[in-house]
Amino acid sequence: MIPLYGRTAWIGYGVVALAILFIVGPMVWIFVNSIKFQIAIFTGAWVFEPTLANYKEVLFSRRSDLVGNLLNSFVAAFASTAAVLVVGSLGAYGIHRWHRRRLFARLLLGWVLVFQMIPVITLVGPWYLLFHSLGLYNTLLALVLTHITINLPMTMWIMLTYFNEVPVELHEAATIDGCGDFTMFWRIVLPLVVPGLISAGILSFVFSWNDFAIALNLTARDTATVPVAIARFAQQFEIQHAQMAASSMIAIVPALLLIAFGQRYIVRGLTTGAVK
Amino acid sequence: MISEFANRTFKHWSLWPCLGFLLALSVYPVLQLIPMALSTIEFADGRSVWSFTPRRNLDLLLGDEVLRDAVVNTLFFVGLSVAIEMVLGFFAALFVACMPRGRTIACTVLILPILLPGVAIGSMWKLMYNYNFGLFNQVAGVLGIEPINWLGDTQWALLSVVIVDVWHWTPFVFLILYAAIESLPQEVLEAARIDGASAWQTIRLIILPLLGPALAVAAVFRAITAFKAFDQVYLLTSGGPGTSTELLSLHLNRVFFEQNQIGYGSMLSLAIIAVISASILVARWTSAHLERGDRAGAGR
Repeated sequence: MIPLYGRTAWIGYGVVALAILFIVGPMVWIFVNSIKFQIAIFTGAWVFEPTLANYKEVLFSRRSDLVGNLLNSFVAAFASTAAVLVVGSLGAYGIHRWHRRRLFARLLLGWVLVFQMIPVITLVGPWYLLFHSLGLYNTLLALVLTHITINLPMTMWIMLTYFNEVPVELHEAATIDGCGDFTMFWRIVLPLVVPGLISAGILSFVFSWNDFAIALNLTARDTATVPVAIARFAQQFEIQHAQMAASSMIAIVPALLLIAFGQRYIVRGLTTGAVK
Repeated sequence: MISEFANRTFKHWSLWPCLGFLLALSVYPVLQLIPMALSTIEFADGRSVWSFTPRRNLDLLLGDEVLRDAVVNTLFFVGLSVAIEMVLGFFAALFVACMPRGRTIACTVLILPILLPGVAIGSMWKLMYNYNFGLFNQVAGVLGIEPINWLGDTQWALLSVVIVDVWHWTPFVFLILYAAIESLPQEVLEAARIDGASAWQTIRLIILPLLGPALAVAAVFRAITAFKAFDQVYLLTSGGPGTSTELLSLHLNRVFFEQNQIGYGSMLSLAIIAVISASILVARWTSAHLERGDRAGAGR
């Protein structure tokens, strides 16, 4: 791209600064509200005494179970991410190595496409009945299984693009040296696609952490995740703005950390996931 | 040896786990929707009781007036938010790509909303939109404008929800287009500059045509995700006031889990899946047709 210089550069910086302000504004606003006493929120005060009372309230008071919710969210996100990486990379490798042209690989990928397009609520109904009849309703296991299912298409997509970049010569050389199929996958190909695993892992974790539509309907009080808890603060007869702000701030911490340390992988994952 | 066994059979079982998940938790539920759609399902003593009532569900579907509002709202929501996001995302990508310095940091901040929980985004904007103490009405008060009931006024609610979606997803359009702009061939842009093309000419005649595929991908992808929008809207308005922000997925959630009409909800789900599958087929047919037309044109 041709860099702008002189006056045009300042216009360019100005536009980008506006865009950044638009993105950061709401986050600053909720942060400021999260460290206000309820009364200062209601009066819309610009000068106020900062407090951590809201964070203490959501984390430690009896009326809130955010610590439990955080634990549920972490368990669901970690377990489903680990499982989706195993299942997704095995499946993607299978398609990549042996089934690229087969009809059923195509059917699988076509199904993945349709599955990505339908609103997840259409499936939550049948899931609800299924898990009820299996006795899994209101368990974290049900949540983990559904999160694996929704993140599987994206993971397979990302891993397929990475497997395709592994040079064929490596396969040939390893085969000649007497390397078996599983050893090839485990010792040779997998170490080469670690960046893909990181991309898919970060995104799966984030999407599982963020999921609301499934968790809302498949969990009850003791298995509720963080988004469900936030919605409860926002949906009660009297909206609890202070608690809603504090718990939302806590809920966005993982995303902030991941983008600070893994921006490269996130960008790569999002662009391959969408473009391919 | 286990490893030898794994080596010999790996070819055969590597696809099983993912096939298992896709069959058990996505194909089976969709098939399950068919008998569900033909029944009325009620819960008694923790067990589901099914009765066969296909006509009733169809009548509910045809007589659902909220559904009509939901379809209209969804189309409006998808159309307007995707249009705004495409324009804003394109210019943001263009300007960031032109910055001599600071591109990485700008990029990091600008893609942040993609990763945030929809519910937290809903909370943020609920605080911004608040009638009494939200940022917008405070600014309006300073400027001497009458405060607006952003989420409570039927005229404004859907637009307010669109603005939140723009905040959430313009970053995604930005990201796709920024990556595409970064990989544009430098020589072409250089040549345009040497030939004395103005900035506007370069954008309109060179950059936009070259970005065609990326623009299409971003627009299609956004239309799909906008169609599925649920989290923020649930938190912001839950479809209200009245039915003014009732989107399809919100309506579906209400039918399934608030009105407990599982049978009718399944019928509605099947209708949505059918419409989506049909539109995928039409899109594929059209693009294949266009491609063939292109090739024929090039051959001549």
